Amino acid sequence: MNTLNTLFGEKKAKAKKLVFKSVDEYPEVPLTLGTTLINFTGDWRTFIPIVDESKCVKCYICWKFCPEPAIYIKEDGYVAIDYDYCKGCGICANECPTKAITMVREEK
Amino acid sequence: MPKKVVSGNYAAAYAAKHARVEVVAAYPITPQTSIIEKIAEFIANGEVNIQYVPVESEHSAMAACIGASATGARAFTATSAQGLALMHEMLHWASGARLPIVMVNVNRAMAPAWSVWDDQTDSLAQRDTGWMQFYAENNQEVYDGVLMAFKVAEHRKVNLPVMVIESAFILSHTYDIVDMPPQEEIDEFLPPREPLYTLTDFDNPIAVGALATPADYYEFRYKIEKAMEEARKVIKEVGREFGERFGRDYSQMIELYKTEDAEFVFMGMGSLMGTVKEAVDSLRKEGYKVGAAKVRWFRPFPKEELYELAKNVDGIAVLDRNFSFGQEGILFNEAKGVLYNTDAKPIMKNYIVGLGGRDFTVNDIKAIAKNMKEIIEKGKLDREIEWYHLKR
Repeated sequence: MNTLNTLFGEKKAKAKKLVFKSVDEYPEVPLTLGTTLINFTGDWRTFIPIVDESKCVKCYICWKFCPEPAIYIKEDGYVAIDYDYCKGCGICANECPTKAITMVREEK
Repeated sequence: MPKKVVSGNYAAAYAAKHARVEVVAAYPITPQTSIIEKIAEFIANGEVNIQYVPVESEHSAMAACIGASATGARAFTATSAQGLALMHEMLHWASGARLPIVMVNVNRAMAPAWSVWDDQTDSLAQRDTGWMQFYAENNQEVYDGVLMAFKVAEHRKVNLPVMVIESAFILSHTYDIVDMPPQEEIDEFLPPREPLYTLTDFDNPIAVGALATPADYYEFRYKIEKAMEEARKVIKEVGREFGERFGRDYSQMIELYKTEDAEFVFMGMGSLMGTVKEAVDSLRKEGYKVGAAKVRWFRPFPKEELYELAKNVDGIAVLDRNFSFGQEGILFNEAKGVLYNTDAKPIMKNYIVGLGGRDFTVNDIKAIAKNMKEIIEKGKLDREIEWYHLKR
């Protein structure tokens, strides 16, 4: 996977998720429980956007509109979605002039 | 030991000074104002090194105290009634972030009807905010309460804020002798704070009050309750140490007065319990076997002490200078709840007294004693909740 253009690139790959198995492992105070490098907001998603590169014209309207932003441009110029952060709002699919992005209910 | 003749409010201000408070953020409100005025005077005279933050509301006062406390400073504020209600949101932030802030709340009736007089509903309405609550009977207890509050709050196993509560005017503006130990002895009792964390540790940056998803929030709530349970032990230890050092023992969360052979007891909180003790002495001369149980700490609630008391008496007259609409007096409600799953089943009656500063006198307590004696003899309540003063 091309990570260079993702939101956090290598930083994200190196970050370790904090997992507390018992109440005793928790800090006394709700200090930082890690950043979005480890807490993936993509967990909240119900619908997942799927990009059909055969329809994509590289206009980057989706990239501009994504409120997250969770869309990045790959080296080959096509767009891809960082599913760790995409909350599935569907704005990209709505804005895409060629209907290259479709929202599909995600099975978890 | 040095003694001063001071009002309850000045006792609170002197205690804050002697506790070497570092930050005070406050907004004036009757009848609390003279606490923060006195502290401002200490600062103007160069007697103390306190950062004083004047703010535009009580909500901001507590917010400033939270910020200060999160840097590791010892923070103090004071308020009353509507001011305390305005702070409500921030009270949760203080306890949730586990910050040992100490606040004096001068009990004042909630408006409307507009009132500045004594009533406990303001502080009791903050029952579920995670703050400990200490109710003072007299000016000395206001002073002692603030010093102990810091020690309990800052204990490494506790780290929760404390509200020290005194009565409007009856204590806040009434002068009495208060014994204030020498500064060096107070410093020994209350060393500088050792914070759990600090925002000014720039090598280890942290975020306070971070997001916790449903996967984590629950555990942090449990930890606050564990800290409250620890606080029960710490309160007794600190109260005992205070007694050993300064001669006034606070190791009991419920102060018992002549309850050993008592048939029934009066239970209540704050300044009205001074009047009750006076009445108990007088009633005993008339042949009543009565005692008084003064609830010093309302949070954490002294469950065990209440049970020990309740199993040895036939009746408890709970005197509530407060009311939870749609239910009953708040102390009565709590006390009944504690005893439900125990074998202690004294007859309990709730007397609603002194709301909005209505005078509550020795004669009133004697009338209540007569009523309680009849109830116990019959073994049956006439009514559960008595609006004692009501003009009928």
